[in-house]
Amino acid sequence: MSVLQILDVGLALLVLAVAVWTIAAREIFGAVVAYVAYGLLLAIVWIRLFAPDVALTEAAIGSGVTGILLVTSGARLKSAGKASAAAKPGLSLHLSAAALSLLAATALAGVILALPEPSPTLAPEARQELAATGLGNPVTAVLIAWRSFDTMLEKIVLLLAVVGVWSVASDRFWGGAPAPLGRANPQGALLLLEQTLVPLGILVGVHIFWVGANAPGGAFQAGAILAAMWMIVMIARASEPPRVNSLWLRLALISGPAVFIVAGLAGIGMAGNFFAYPDGFAKPIILFIEAFMLLTIAATLPVLVAGPPRRSFGP
Amino acid sequence: MNFALDLFSIAAIAAGAFFFFAGSVGLLRFPDSLTRLHALSKADNLGLGLVVLGLLPRVGSLLDALKLLAIWALVLLSGAASAQLIGRALRRRGGDE
Repeated sequence: MSVLQILDVGLALLVLAVAVWTIAAREIFGAVVAYVAYGLLLAIVWIRLFAPDVALTEAAIGSGVTGILLVTSGARLKSAGKASAAAKPGLSLHLSAAALSLLAATALAGVILALPEPSPTLAPEARQELAATGLGNPVTAVLIAWRSFDTMLEKIVLLLAVVGVWSVASDRFWGGAPAPLGRANPQGALLLLEQTLVPLGILVGVHIFWVGANAPGGAFQAGAILAAMWMIVMIARASEPPRVNSLWLRLALISGPAVFIVAGLAGIGMAGNFFAYPDGFAKPIILFIEAFMLLTIAATLPVLVAGPPRRSFGP
Repeated sequence: MNFALDLFSIAAIAAGAFFFFAGSVGLLRFPDSLTRLHALSKADNLGLGLVVLGLLPRVGSLLDALKLLAIWALVLLSGAASAQLIGRALRRRGGDE
């Protein structure tokens, strides 16, 4: 075995160990920390599989944004009181969950092992047709040109998640703002992050969006970075979570799917098919759609983290 | 010249790896949270700095070199800030376990 192979096996074992730690951790917070580490390790695995786009997404969404979502949910569960402690899952539930997971994992492993050699791939065709889109990154071409309908539906799933979070608001708070993300009087270190990291992060986010056309990157990763920057600003209390009935917030939330649908419909007139792009204009249209998806993602994730409205609608 | 640069890279990256190793040992062996935090931030700052230093002669372009330095600077910033935040949180809780 070469050194790289040994490192790969070590990495795989580490991922498994951290996964076990995620399940075995006694406290919610410990489990979430393990989960974040798991996501970062998984990102390295994707890099080793030469899939930098997936690695970026895993690090930004799988590890970062999901991590903060879980931390905030954990904190809310804790403040919800010990009442839920009585409803702790029993041994039988644990066992059936374990059996189900084992079954799914075995089935997946079986499928992977049963794949024909070489495994079926559309990569050569994608590589060949890439020039028609004007893009340099085949992953972006797959997401926005060839499988654009799937990508649009993904954004609609994000919106559904927002609807789900908002729908648990009590009636008297409806239209108001979620609770602030951070404590009053934020510490100096937090203010430093807010003042230095946020401008840099916005720059990096826009850069990752822009290079996504030709290199690893794109709206999803960039959106996650921008979302993180907005969350830092809210945690440092430089701005508060917006009211759920504010028009600009709702426009930002729906802008991505809306522009996507309009562009898809325009394709019927301009190129003869739903979601077809006219020759030569594919790249500008794709970037235009992606820009609004970036906005939707950057708005949706912090709204999900901020949670349902907790303060009544007021001035 | 090339040989000297390779040697420099190896030396710097090995020194960086040593700091990561020392930081990990400290994380596992130090008695309380604040000292563990101290060990960890040293590993991040110096270890990563030395690794970046060792990689600098090997990059293809000036832009790549600047990106490497930016990564180090960002890790410094976030590492220092989060270490501060964790330290304050520990003091507020009053416990040093």
